Amino acid sequence: MRLFCACAVLLLSLTALGNARADEDLRPLVDALGGGNFRETAGAVADLAATGNPAAAPVLELLRAGDLYTRRSDGVVVRGARAGRDIALSDVFTGEELETVGRREARQIRVNNSLRRDIDAALGQLTLLSPDPRVRAGAAQAMFNARDSAALPLLEEAIAREEEPEIMERLILARAAIQALHGESDSVRLEAIDEIAQRGDREASALLATVARDAPPAVTEAAEAGIAAIERRLALWNMAQNVVFGLSLGSVLLLAAIGLAITFGVMGVINMAHGEMVMLGAYTTFVVQEIIRTSAPWLFDWSLLIALPLAFLVAGAVGVAIERGVIRFLYGRPLETLLATWGLSLILQQAVRTIFGPTNRQVGTPDWMTGSIELGGLSLAMNRVVIILFALAVFAALIVFLRRSRFGLHMRAVTQNRAMASSMGIRTNWVDALTFGLGSGIAGIAGVALSQIDNVSPNLGQAYIIDSFMVVVFGGVGNLWGTLVGAMTLGVANKLMEPWAGAVLAKIFVLVFIILFIQKRPRGLFALKGRAVDA
Amino acid sequence: MWLTRHIGPAGWTFLFVLAVVATAVPYANQLLPPDHPWHASSYVVGLLGKYLTFALLALSVDLIWGYCGILSLGHGAFFALGGYAMGMYLMRQIGDRGVYADPLLPDFMVFLNWQELPWYWYGFDSFLFAMLMVMLVPGLLAFLFGWFAFRSRVTGVYLSIITQAMTYALMLAFFRNDMGFGGNNGLTDFKDILGFDLQSDATRCALFVASAAALGLGFMLARAVTGSTFGKVLVAIRDAESRTRFLGYRVDHYKLAAFTLSAMMAGVAGALYVPQVGIINPGEFAPANSIEIVVWVAVGGRGTLIGAALGAVVVNYAKTVFTGTFPEYWLFFLGGLFVFVTLFMPRGILGVADDLRRRFRRPSAPSARPADQPAE
Amino acid sequence: MNRPAILAAATGLLMASTALHSAYAQETIKVGILHSLSGTMAISETTLKDVMLMLIEQQNEEGGVLGMQLEPVVVDPASDWPLFAEKARELIEVEGVAATFGTWTSVSRKSVLPVFEELNGLLFYPVQYEGEESSRNVFYTGAAPNQQAIPAVDYLMEVEGVERWVLEGTDYVYPRTTNKILEAYLKSHGVADEDISINYTPFGHADWQTRVSFIKDFGAEGKKTAVVSTINGDANVPFYKELAAQGVAASDIPVVAFSVGEEELAGLDTAPLVGHLAAWNYFMSVDTDANYDFIDTWLEFIGDEERVTNDPMEAHYIGFNMWVKAVEKAGTTDPDAVIDAIIGVSVPNLSGGYSAMMPNHHITKPVLIGEIQDDGQFAIVYETPGLVVGDAWSDYLEGSKDLIADWRAPMSCGNFNVATGTCGGSGS
Repeated sequence: MRLFCACAVLLLSLTALGNARADEDLRPLVDALGGGNFRETAGAVADLAATGNPAAAPVLELLRAGDLYTRRSDGVVVRGARAGRDIALSDVFTGEELETVGRREARQIRVNNSLRRDIDAALGQLTLLSPDPRVRAGAAQAMFNARDSAALPLLEEAIAREEEPEIMERLILARAAIQALHGESDSVRLEAIDEIAQRGDREASALLATVARDAPPAVTEAAEAGIAAIERRLALWNMAQNVVFGLSLGSVLLLAAIGLAITFGVMGVINMAHGEMVMLGAYTTFVVQEIIRTSAPWLFDWSLLIALPLAFLVAGAVGVAIERGVIRFLYGRPLETLLATWGLSLILQQAVRTIFGPTNRQVGTPDWMTGSIELGGLSLAMNRVVIILFALAVFAALIVFLRRSRFGLHMRAVTQNRAMASSMGIRTNWVDALTFGLGSGIAGIAGVALSQIDNVSPNLGQAYIIDSFMVVVFGGVGNLWGTLVGAMTLGVANKLMEPWAGAVLAKIFVLVFIILFIQKRPRGLFALKGRAVDA
Repeated sequence: MWLTRHIGPAGWTFLFVLAVVATAVPYANQLLPPDHPWHASSYVVGLLGKYLTFALLALSVDLIWGYCGILSLGHGAFFALGGYAMGMYLMRQIGDRGVYADPLLPDFMVFLNWQELPWYWYGFDSFLFAMLMVMLVPGLLAFLFGWFAFRSRVTGVYLSIITQAMTYALMLAFFRNDMGFGGNNGLTDFKDILGFDLQSDATRCALFVASAAALGLGFMLARAVTGSTFGKVLVAIRDAESRTRFLGYRVDHYKLAAFTLSAMMAGVAGALYVPQVGIINPGEFAPANSIEIVVWVAVGGRGTLIGAALGAVVVNYAKTVFTGTFPEYWLFFLGGLFVFVTLFMPRGILGVADDLRRRFRRPSAPSARPADQPAE
Repeated sequence: MNRPAILAAATGLLMASTALHSAYAQETIKVGILHSLSGTMAISETTLKDVMLMLIEQQNEEGGVLGMQLEPVVVDPASDWPLFAEKARELIEVEGVAATFGTWTSVSRKSVLPVFEELNGLLFYPVQYEGEESSRNVFYTGAAPNQQAIPAVDYLMEVEGVERWVLEGTDYVYPRTTNKILEAYLKSHGVADEDISINYTPFGHADWQTRVSFIKDFGAEGKKTAVVSTINGDANVPFYKELAAQGVAASDIPVVAFSVGEEELAGLDTAPLVGHLAAWNYFMSVDTDANYDFIDTWLEFIGDEERVTNDPMEAHYIGFNMWVKAVEKAGTTDPDAVIDAIIGVSVPNLSGGYSAMMPNHHITKPVLIGEIQDDGQFAIVYETPGLVVGDAWSDYLEGSKDLIADWRAPMSCGNFNVATGTCGGSGS
């Protein structure tokens, strides 16, 4: 009876202490992570994975993220977080805060690429049976990358249990990858090769190429046949891929040029400060993100959407100020506007350099803009897709605004016949200012998008100004549709030439093409007809 | 003599000042002892020499923009081409004194494992041939470019933008190391010109005098052209192109001639620039440089020739001073200067000088230039 | 006041100010700082101007040099290469600086080189460069190709087992030379022609879609592939953004860069780039007391906790201390005396050792390889066991394998040809 009681108490306490005990078992292994060199750390990772203890997974994740430190004083491995110049230490398992020490007091446990692969494989094994489908998906991918034949039984078990079709597909592919490489018999390997070849993408052909490298002749032959089939399929898609790249470049050009199509195309101001409006938009994005980072991190995914109207307002306001302060005195003297706006662009660049410093500023990418979409053999980077759609949306909105709104009507009236518009009671002064503001504001919006793919530095605008002028002139000054077609044509032409001519020659060819094209059509692709031509 | 007929009193003053500078500066450099307060250091000589070549460049732009209404945003290309022709001659002069001591190939070609001299480098060991190329290459490019552009009646901003495209394309091309012009580093480390050491003060003074002479000659030539019947037609084209055409003038021929002449002047300026600064690289093709040239002309006063030269000197002097005195803020000054000039001095420095003279002197004093701003 | 009086007064004032000026000048030693503060290179060079101001301020607090205070002279060559030459001349001839610290790009160095040689000035050049140069008047405190590129490639071959290489660079001298050296080096290690792809893009190249897609394809041939990037400045951010967008992970195709440091990463979200590599002689994450002191001083000086330190800053730190030591050794700032005195001078670097000035005017440095972390820092994954001596003339290039540089008497030559036994070209 007494014995039974003792056992019951022990059992109870064991279950209660179960987690803590498991942690204590792991602790020496965790401390071994801080061994000092990569080989020792890799050994400790393997030991941790071998325990099969799920509690090891979060530790490995911390290690992978570079959050584990060895405390100098006692060599214990702890979790660390940077706090300014210091490091806040906490317990690896419980997260209990320990102390905050100077940078010199704790040494980060470093991780290199091969160690990172080991960790991923270990994590994959530890989390393959996790209840969370997202974790399982990641684990399946890790198994595919690791191609470790020892994991095959675990994989079989996971396949038997899996219910999500997408993860299932991944798991089967991971199994096929392992079998194709390490299969016991040729028939198992050939079957696996078939399975992989069916996927028909770049990843599959890379895997088959690895399989083909040292294998029995039959396997090599099958793998090479698989590669050839995939290559045939991809060759067609390659062309399409280049067109997509071209459209993506075209949409960047469109975004950069569309504001100029208004200030230069519609108003006739040779606006050399246009690039700086784009830059202001990009810096607005930076400031918005900076504020969100410090005061409302949960808003980060929305930061670009918040930045859009602000960038429009900032750049637009600067535009209105420029028009009221300088350009309105220069109407009818377009070449003088070139000089004044050139001066303004120097001032704006230097102002931004003085305020934000000359170095690049970091603009982050929200989660919904990362990753890519697979469409047949095409791989579309999400940020490019968003930019293409965004450019088209801005264009459409602008067209509708100019056609349908009252202000658009006034604007068209003023640019077509200023005197008549004025006598009809339109305040031409304000229409001028707002039109310039509109063009500048749209340039600002473009800056928000461009901050996702380019440097946010004081030189940002300079990189786009010449291309923008080329697009507007090529498309036909004063015609927005011309700008759209011009941007897309130049983008696609550039990208189709690049694979065989190289980036520099492709660009030179495009410029020469523009020069020759202007000889043929001295007023661009979509020339304005009628009296405006001689103005 | 046809060259001197149309110079006018202001022009003579300009030439006189130029002649004084061209003698005083070498004198101050060569004959005054270094501790003399008026001694001109080699830094000053080099700097002034550079200004003079810029003045000639501005003059060439003013000739077509001020008198013919062609706004070229690519004139830096002609300047740079002239410079490259000169640079190639200077490279060949190095001979086997390069760091690799290769008797034939310039250093950068040895560096990139080139085995033989590309064909377009042949002939540049001769000074005369190089000087011919200094004018011929920019002239030919301008002729071809103008031939197409003017015949197709590309005008106004369209022309400006495609000239910009031209210089941009050339810049990209010259940046390519495969072109055989030294890529981004360009041509540098020159030793001597016609056997004279480029680093000696005497050679510097000689180059300075040559720049002054070229500027004087260029000015006289430009005056002769603009004062002639030919020049009158140019002005007519500037003010009313269609009307001139309807009167039976072959507008494209006139424009082409002026454009080519201007490009050759720019080429000469480039050729004089390179030995004085010691380097030519594709950065000279940058569109921003070409825009800056136009700014010089505007600051000095468009359509006055003297103003263009003056503007080039003033703006570059300001740049020299500001980049040394206010390294962090000089762009504010420079940018502000451009805005100020366009807003308050639409006819440039010379226009203001003109107005002041009218106000303070006899009201009947003759003006050096037409009073009205030309129509666009 | 009548006119002569005004004239006299003005003259008096002028003379007084000149006298004051020269009296002031006698007490200080001028140090020139020749870094672009505007234009395309301002992004990298402004920091170096600041670090020089900091070092000079620090030195002055410790009593200056030879009992005199140092006076920085800052000019802005505005990323305009001919302007570099003009400003160099201004610094030496007009300002009379004792030494100049500056320039970044190869072309700016080439542009000022004749000026420093003509006027016998001293230039400390702090950036990694293509080599193939050794001037009597220039001290190269950045890395030569053998102090950066070759150890990095060795690391990738040994640790990552890389067999296929993409050499991606901006089209100018540094990448051209580095890639030429690497190509020869890789081939000597048995890499086949078809496993090397070399490509050049223009400065400021912003659209990397085609290239990154090519790199993905090139890496999908079953052999472990790596990219060696000599992409310059501005073009790096869009390149890395495109790598992240197209999902090129470091564990699949690592990119090792020679021109990307902490400063460049400051403009990037590095989370998708974790594991890509860079090779330098210094990283901000170096774990030494000297480095922590340097960082603390820098953050104090610049007044912004977010700023980073990088390799060219360390190069200036080393170069400046070398110059100070050489001046104190020579007892004068006279260039000839300093040039003689500085060879063999050894000062602490920030990675826990000493760097010495070699007779070829290059210095000894350790080579570090770091992997990008998600906080914009590098984790050091490899360090050469000893110091590497900077090699002015590469052994892997046809034209320069016979050349050596030694500025000690009696040789005193920057390009001595050991095959012919002569000092060729200009460097006599």
